[in-house]
Amino acid sequence: MDNLLSIVIFLPSIAALILAIILRGEDHASQKNAKVLALVATLATFVISIPLLTQFDPSNAGFQFVEEYNWLAGLKYKVGLDGISILFVILTTFLMPIVIGACWTVTTRVKEYMIMFLILETMMLAVFSSLDIILFYVVFEAGLIPMFLIVGIWGGKDRIYAAFKLFLYTLLGSVLMLIAIIYMWFEAGTTDIPELMQHQFSSESIIILGVTIVGGIQTLLFLGFFASFAVKMPMWPVHTWLPDAHVQAPTAGSVVLAAILLKMGGYGFLRFSLPMFPIGSDVMATFVMTISVIAIIYTSFVALVQEDMKKLIAYSSVAHMGFVTMGIFTINQQGLDGAIFQMLSHGFISAALFLGVGVIYDRMHTRDIEAYGGLVIRMPIFALIFMLFTMANVGLPGTSGFVGEFLTLTAAFKANTWIAFGATTGVILSAGYALWLYRRVVFGDLIKESLKSIADMDLREKLMITPLVVMTILLGIYPALILDLIGPSVSALLEQVHAAQGVLIDATPNAAH
Amino acid sequence: MEMILLFAPLIGSIVCGFGHRIIGERAAMVVATGGLFLSAILSWIIFLSFHGDGYTISLFRFIESGTLTTNWAIRMDRLTAIMLIVINTVSALVHLYSWGYMDKDPQWKEGESYKPRFFAYLSFFTFTMLMLVTSDNLLQMFFGWEGVGVASYLLIGFYYRKPSAGAAAMKAFIVNRVGDFGFALGIFGLFYLTGSINFSEILDPHNAEALSKTNLQFLSWDLNALEVITMLLFIGAMGKSAQLMLHTWLPDAMEGPTPVSALIHAATMVTAGVFMVCRLSPLMEYATFTPNFIVIIGATTAFFAATVGLVQNDIKRVIAYSTCSQLGYMFVAAGVGAYGAAMFHLFTHAFFKAMLFLGAGSVIHAMHHEQDMRNYGGLRKKIPFTFAAMMIGTLAITGVGIPLTHIGFAGFLSKDAIIESAYGAGTGVGQYAFVMLVIAAAMTSFYSWRLIFLTFYGKARGDKHTHEHAHESPIVMLMPLAVLALGAVFAGMVWYEDFFGHHWEDFFGASIYANHETNHVVHDAHAVKSWVKASPFFAMLLGFLLAMWFYIWSPENPAKLAKQQRSLYALFLNKWYFDELYDMIFVRPAKRLGNFLWKKGDGAVIDGGINGIALGIIPFMTRKYQAMQSGYLFHYAFTMVIGVAVIVTWFAVTGGSQ
Repeated sequence: MDNLLSIVIFLPSIAALILAIILRGEDHASQKNAKVLALVATLATFVISIPLLTQFDPSNAGFQFVEEYNWLAGLKYKVGLDGISILFVILTTFLMPIVIGACWTVTTRVKEYMIMFLILETMMLAVFSSLDIILFYVVFEAGLIPMFLIVGIWGGKDRIYAAFKLFLYTLLGSVLMLIAIIYMWFEAGTTDIPELMQHQFSSESIIILGVTIVGGIQTLLFLGFFASFAVKMPMWPVHTWLPDAHVQAPTAGSVVLAAILLKMGGYGFLRFSLPMFPIGSDVMATFVMTISVIAIIYTSFVALVQEDMKKLIAYSSVAHMGFVTMGIFTINQQGLDGAIFQMLSHGFISAALFLGVGVIYDRMHTRDIEAYGGLVIRMPIFALIFMLFTMANVGLPGTSGFVGEFLTLTAAFKANTWIAFGATTGVILSAGYALWLYRRVVFGDLIKESLKSIADMDLREKLMITPLVVMTILLGIYPALILDLIGPSVSALLEQVHAAQGVLIDATPNAAH
Repeated sequence: MEMILLFAPLIGSIVCGFGHRIIGERAAMVVATGGLFLSAILSWIIFLSFHGDGYTISLFRFIESGTLTTNWAIRMDRLTAIMLIVINTVSALVHLYSWGYMDKDPQWKEGESYKPRFFAYLSFFTFTMLMLVTSDNLLQMFFGWEGVGVASYLLIGFYYRKPSAGAAAMKAFIVNRVGDFGFALGIFGLFYLTGSINFSEILDPHNAEALSKTNLQFLSWDLNALEVITMLLFIGAMGKSAQLMLHTWLPDAMEGPTPVSALIHAATMVTAGVFMVCRLSPLMEYATFTPNFIVIIGATTAFFAATVGLVQNDIKRVIAYSTCSQLGYMFVAAGVGAYGAAMFHLFTHAFFKAMLFLGAGSVIHAMHHEQDMRNYGGLRKKIPFTFAAMMIGTLAITGVGIPLTHIGFAGFLSKDAIIESAYGAGTGVGQYAFVMLVIAAAMTSFYSWRLIFLTFYGKARGDKHTHEHAHESPIVMLMPLAVLALGAVFAGMVWYEDFFGHHWEDFFGASIYANHETNHVVHDAHAVKSWVKASPFFAMLLGFLLAMWFYIWSPENPAKLAKQQRSLYALFLNKWYFDELYDMIFVRPAKRLGNFLWKKGDGAVIDGGINGIALGIIPFMTRKYQAMQSGYLFHYAFTMVIGVAVIVTWFAVTGGSQ
């Protein structure tokens, strides 16, 4: 099939359309139908996306499954996958059925809720596969709308505040990216991403208002994109929308947000910033690594004192994304491999952690850590699974959480020992906040009256979490599954960046030899 | 065979932990215990039939990225073989012992199934420990390293109802992570410098020599690369082996069930640091600062922990501090370059310390989980077999033997080997270590005999009812004691020549590297004067006599002395106030900092700043929309769609990609 990728991208939206047109009524049966239809659609999308993976040729670093059509007037619809983006596409299709599963307990406006997630899936898939920068921008922004509504309508008490914060932060970042895109289009005369990657944007220093800008236009363009991606990651200090959004979002919303939406920023750095503005990236690399390390340490300390489970996990997400940005801007093989691995792994682990919180929230309707304690006595299966993901979250070797942290830190040591030293303290701090959470929620005696009859995970919850358990352990023990796939694309990317910078590839100063 | 040995505990753990509902509790425990006995037997076969330089079996690929390549592998050499018998023997016996000890544990309520979980954890621990010692690269070693940390965490926190157990488990994990922080940086550094983390390359002496002539820009300093790397790696060893400054978790780890203390916190996991230093001997040989640092830390820990051990009242804590102290001995040996002596003490210590812990467990079992020695007394007739075992353990740890010969209990041979090596090193730090270790030997003897006298001699103290019902433990608990007793008596005499004789290097083969130009420590140790060789014996005698005087002849003495030397007593009793100090300088400031960054940083500066000035719009919007139904959000979203449409149109009209 030549248009397999497009089928994968649009299948969820078609299902959303069917839902919108055909399904009527708010009674129990039609709610159930909406959920089942959404589940079937996301599962089908996942199944259809598997051939993408099996037919993908990992030795080819170029784009595969490329499709190109004319769209409105002069606009193009062009999609395709390389070794980096294919993983994010599969991550999305893999997680969406689980996300729908997490919606099962929702009873308000179910049909609309399902439609939101299905549209969101199409948007996210399009973000990861678009090869036209206008298309990318449109879906990148449009994906915000369903998320905004998911938080704003199905969220908690302060959902309006959280939704606007989420929206305005990301929107303001994007405005700068839009300006950069328009400039690029004027200069390069194309919106085609592979062509833009080849285009050499000017990097001569320029002086604006008496300030010399090293790297010139490239640095400015880099900053334009950076504003948008940094907010999406989110990086310190523009991260504060995330804890609020997570706390207010419903479980399924949190899962999508943490597991997939946060990866758009990191993906953007890899797809645009590095290959299109290599000089700008080089100029800004130390800066980005520095704020990444600040993020790791800062948010870990903040996570240490949180009383709300979701907030704690949200801050821990920011810290983990710090490893990603740090890894990307080491601009070497281990750093990029590690950053991509960390994003995927965090997709599974954060999804599982938010699902875990959802499991007990559904029973107790509170996220206060104080309200729990001794859950292991009534919920041994939950305790085991939460233990696994707590350990994965602190980067225990043997879980997928370790590989990304290890590779990015290895890379950081090459780049700058201060960066590596600072970021490695995150290893201690993460153990602190994660185990402190686990101890207060799961360990201890079960004294609180309200918890005395709490039930362990049911079949639906187990089914949702099992794929995540499998992936976390499998990738932790045999990371080559991912690393083999991304390796060639990453080295091609690095070659291009280094060629532009005039630096040798993977310059390890084999000092001892 | 190696595969079976390695994976039998893992399979046992999985079957026992997940399958006990299907096959039943007893069957699950049989599988776990059986797997361990199988591994133990295979380990002995490998150890006894082992000769040559070793071999490596690659299993499958682990992390590969650019020039970084690592495999899951089994590296088999003498060092591994020694660790295998230590781990699997003690683990198998501890499994067996736990059948008795964990039966009808009063910590649990009727109908709660806790035994399969316990056995699964024990087996899982054994598997990760085996992964650690069989690794062929630093990465797999790190996997094992953190894996044993998790197993230890789970077992310390096994009695999860007790808040103190949860706290101790967390403390153990986090303090170990501080060590792992150094270990990890060491790995990164080695990869940066040599482009590899596989033992076949980094343990090449030429590589180590080259490293010692390289400088590394570490943080703001320009330092010798090898010293930095070895120092960072040793920080990892300090955490795992509870050396001074990173020792605070070990005494608290006694919250776990006693068999756990015997297996993990005496015989195996805590010795991983010593194993690591021996494994990295080529690196250590070319470094100068780090080995000296290791000697100083080891000697100081041996002394410090012994002082604390003198005054503790909890039977398990006495043994815990004793372990901490004995680990210090091992590090001194490794630091001066007598790797054979370090491994020798590791080996014999595993037997007698496991036995002391299991013996203590037997006492605790007999006394209905009373652990305070002030409530013991006169137990030797009630539990004679346990008494005999504890006696043998004490004779072994205090180092009873015939001076100037090689006849004595296990500890006599291995501990003396270390003290002689320290003196034989002929360096300043060696002298320091010698003095510290001899003093520590006297204290070891004192606290070990104090334990015996308080527990088994004198009048029964404490709850009368408990004493009346004190009973000897069942046979499954006594059998492991008997086996370990064999080791405690004979292990030293049988293997002295191999580990510490003139041909110790032949015994170890390529697994340990000694640089012949600079390292003559074993030779010099053999040649030390007789008074040096006899000094630990007299120290032991002194400690014994003092203990007799204090606890048998005039039992009012300890209280008197404690009153006289109140501040010193308080210092020892409160473990030199390390916990209080750490709480003051690390734990509380961390929480304060977290709160500050959250409230002031995120709250006031970032949200206040960005929302207030640039985004004053959020509170405004929020206020505006708060009053409305959230359905109105659709309207807002609709305007967004329009916005996107406008952008698209603009591009389309102005030409887009054309």
